[in-house]
Amino acid sequence: MNSWKKKLGKSLSDNKVVILFAILCILAIAVADKPLTFVAGELFTRIGRNSFIVLALIIPVLAGLGLNFGITIGAMAAQIAIFCVVYWGFTGIGGFLLALLIATPLAALFGMLIGIVFNKMKGAEMIGGMVLGYFADGLYQVLFLFIIGGVIPVNNPELIIAGGVGVKNTIDLKDNLKYALDNISLLTMVEIAFYAVVAVMVLSLLIRLITKKQVNWKKSLGVLGGALIAYALTFIPFIEAFLNQNGILLLSAVELAVAGTVLYQLGRIVWMKFIKKSEKFNWKRSVAAIIAAGILYALTFIPAIEEVLLYVTLPAMTYLCIIGLCIFNSVLMKTRLGQNMRTVGQNRTVANSAGINVNRTRIIAMVLSTVLASWGQLISLQNLGTFSTYGAHSQVGQFAIAALLVGGASVQKATNKQAIVGVILFHTLFIIAPQAGQALFSSAMLGEYFRVFVAYGVIAVSLAMHAWKTIAKPKLQVAGKSPAPGEAAKAMEE
Amino acid sequence: MGEKIKKLYQKIGLPRIIIISFFLLLLFSAGPLGLSIPGLIGDVINRGAMYGILVLAMVPAVQSGIGLNFGISLGIVGGLLGALISIQLGIATNPALGWFAPWMALIVAILLGVLFSSLIGWGYGILLNRVKGDEMTVSTYVGFSIIAFMNIMWLVLPFTSGELIWPLGGEGLRNTIGLETSFGSVLNNAGGFYIGGENGVYFPTGLVLFFLGACLLMWLFLRSKKGMAMSAVGNNPMFARASGINVNRMRILGTVISTALGAVGIIVYAQSYGFLQLYNAPLMMGFQCVAAVLIGGATTNRSRISHVILGAFLFQGVLAVALPVANLILPEGNLSEVARIVISNGIILYALTKTGGSSRE
Repeated sequence: MNSWKKKLGKSLSDNKVVILFAILCILAIAVADKPLTFVAGELFTRIGRNSFIVLALIIPVLAGLGLNFGITIGAMAAQIAIFCVVYWGFTGIGGFLLALLIATPLAALFGMLIGIVFNKMKGAEMIGGMVLGYFADGLYQVLFLFIIGGVIPVNNPELIIAGGVGVKNTIDLKDNLKYALDNISLLTMVEIAFYAVVAVMVLSLLIRLITKKQVNWKKSLGVLGGALIAYALTFIPFIEAFLNQNGILLLSAVELAVAGTVLYQLGRIVWMKFIKKSEKFNWKRSVAAIIAAGILYALTFIPAIEEVLLYVTLPAMTYLCIIGLCIFNSVLMKTRLGQNMRTVGQNRTVANSAGINVNRTRIIAMVLSTVLASWGQLISLQNLGTFSTYGAHSQVGQFAIAALLVGGASVQKATNKQAIVGVILFHTLFIIAPQAGQALFSSAMLGEYFRVFVAYGVIAVSLAMHAWKTIAKPKLQVAGKSPAPGEAAKAMEE
Repeated sequence: MGEKIKKLYQKIGLPRIIIISFFLLLLFSAGPLGLSIPGLIGDVINRGAMYGILVLAMVPAVQSGIGLNFGISLGIVGGLLGALISIQLGIATNPALGWFAPWMALIVAILLGVLFSSLIGWGYGILLNRVKGDEMTVSTYVGFSIIAFMNIMWLVLPFTSGELIWPLGGEGLRNTIGLETSFGSVLNNAGGFYIGGENGVYFPTGLVLFFLGACLLMWLFLRSKKGMAMSAVGNNPMFARASGINVNRMRILGTVISTALGAVGIIVYAQSYGFLQLYNAPLMMGFQCVAAVLIGGATTNRSRISHVILGAFLFQGVLAVALPVANLILPEGNLSEVARIVISNGIILYALTKTGGSSRE
C-alpha cells in the first residue's frame, strides 16, 4: 500500500508540468465556452502541422546539445526551397517532393555549419543557437530582400516587389503546394507501396540471377503474392471508397487503431504462449492493452465524443510521416550512432576516452535535426497554404521548444511521447487562450499576450531549473569523486 | 615593425577592424552621395550618447561575473514604469514648478525607475546566483518573459492620463507615447549648440555630459573598494572567496546596478527619441546593448568603460550612417535594419565562439 502511494506521488511529481498545463487547458476550455468540435478540429490541424518539427528537437537533446534553437535555420532552408519550387511553377505532390529534394542538402549543409559553430562554444549552445538563428535571419533577409531580383534576375510580378528587387511579404501557396502532402489519399499510398515492393523484388531477383546467387523463390513469390493480394483488395468498391478520400475520419482512425491493437496483442498471446511457449511472456499486459482498447472503443459511443470524432478529418499521409519520425527517433537510439550520441550527451570526457569522436557525433546530430526541421517546416507550410516570407520561420524555434517543454521534457531528456503530449497541450492553450481572455476579461488581446507569456515563461523556467540542477549535482558528487581540476576551473570561470 | 602591426591587430581584433573599416567606408561614401556630413556626425553623437547608458549597464554585469546581461529588459520595464508614473502624475505640466517642471518630471521618472528596477534586479540577482554557468541563456528568456508579462500589465494597469491611454474604444496603454508635453529632449536641448553655424554639427551637450558623467561615476565605483571586490568576483571567483569576499552578494550588487542602469538608460533613450515605446519594442534591445559593448572590445568576462564609449559610438555610428546611405543606394527594402541584425548578432556569435570548446573533453 505504502509503495503504491509512493509510486503515485513520484509519477505526480515527475509529470507536474504536464498536469499543470492539462488543468490550465481544461479550465480555459471550460471558460471559453466554445464547442468541442471547434477546439478538436483546430487542434488536430495543428498537431499535423507542428508535431514533426517538435520531434526534430529530440536528437540534439539526447546528444547533449540542449534545446536546439537552431532549427529556425532548418526552417529557412525549407523556405528557400519553397520559393524555388513556386518560382519554377511546380505544383502538387511533385512540387512538394522537389522542395524536399532541394531543402534536404541545403539543410544538411546548414546543419553541418551549425554543428561546427556549436563545437566552438560547448556549454553555450543554447544561447549560441538563439543568436545564430537571429544572425541567419539577417542573412536570409539579405538573400530575399536584395539578392533575389537585385543580383539574381528574377522576373515574376507575382513574387517580386513592384520595383523588381526583393520578394513580396507573403506568397500564396493555394494553387501550387497547399495540401500537397495532406491530400494524398491512402489509395495512392497503397498503389505506390505496391509498385515499390514489386520493383524492389524484381530488381533484387534479377541481380541475384545475374550474379548467380541462390534465390529463395518461395519467399520472394510469397512477398509478391502478398503485395498483389493487398493491391487487389483495394479494388473492392467498399475498401476503395474508404481509401480514396483526401483524409481519414478521426472515428475511422480510432477504430483502426483499436482493431490494430487488439489483433496485435492477440497475435502476440497466441504466438508467445502457444507456439513458442515462452515462460517469460507477461500475458497480463497484453490482456490489459486489449481491455484498454475496448474501453476506448466504448467511449466513442458517447454522443459528445462521437460528434467530435465524426467532425474531424485527419490528413493521413502527414500523420503517417509523424508516426514515421517517432519510429525513426526510437530506432536511431538503438543503433550504434544513437548510443554514441547518448554517451556524448551524458559525458563528453567519458565519450572521448571511450574512443567516440565527440565533435563528429555532435555535428551529425545537428545535421539530422536541421534536415528534419526543414521537412517539418515544409509540412507546416503546405498545410498553412500561405508562406509569410519574412515571418514564417521567426517563431518556429520558440514555439516548438515551448511545446516540447510543456510535454514534460527538459534540457537533457526528451521522448517522442513528451513531444506529442506537449504539442497537444501547448496548442490547445494556443487555440483557446484568446477566447478565454475574451470571456474572462472581455479582452482577446489579454489572452493573446498570455499565451506568448506562457511560451516564453515555460522556456525560462525550464532553463533555470536545468541550470539549478546542474549546480546542485556536483555538490552531491564531491564526496564520491572530485571533479577534474580543469573542469572545476572552467565551471568557475563561466 | 611587422611584430608591432601583428600585436596591434591582435589587440584590436578582426571583427572590430571589419566594423571600423565598414564605418569609414560608409562615412566616405556619404559625401559623394550628397549627404550632409555634419548632419550625419551630429546623428552619430546623438545616437551614441542616447544608447550609451544602456551599454554602460553591461559593465557591472560582466565585471561581477554574470556575463553579458541579455536580461537588461528587466531594467528597461522598470524604467518604463517610472516614466509612465511620472507622466501620470502630471509633473511636467505643473505650473508651480515653472521652467523646472520637465526636469522634475525626468528626475522623478529616473528615481522611480531606479527604485523599481533595483527591486527587480535584486530578485533577478538571487535567481542568477542559482543558475551559475548558464546566466546568459536563462537571462535571455527571463528578459523575454518579463516583456510578455508586462504586455499583459500595460493592458490592465489603471493608468488614466489621456496622454497614456488610447483615446476612444481601445484598451490599455498606447504603443508609443509622445513626450513633447513631459520630459522629451530636456537633456538634448540643455546647452545644445551648433558647431559651425546653422548647418553645422548639433552637439547635445546635456545628453553627452550626462552619459560621460555616468561613465565617470562607474569608473570611480570600479576603483572603489566595493568595485574592486566586485571585479575580483568576476575575474576569479575562487580567489575572491579565498580573500573573504562574499561572492553571491557581489554578484547581486552587480546585477542590481546593471538593472538600475537599464532603467536610467531607457529613460535617457526615450527623452532623446521623443517617445516611450511599450509592448514588444524593447524585446531585442538587450541584444543591441550586448553587441555594442562587444564591438567596443569587451569579452564575456572582461569589460571597461572605454569599451562602452567606443562601442556605443561605433555601433550606433554605423547604424546612423548606414540608414541614409542605404536609402540612397537601395531605396527598396530595409538595408540598415538588416545590417543591424547581421552586425549585432554576428559580433555576439564571435564572442561566444571565443568562450571555449575543445574536442578532448
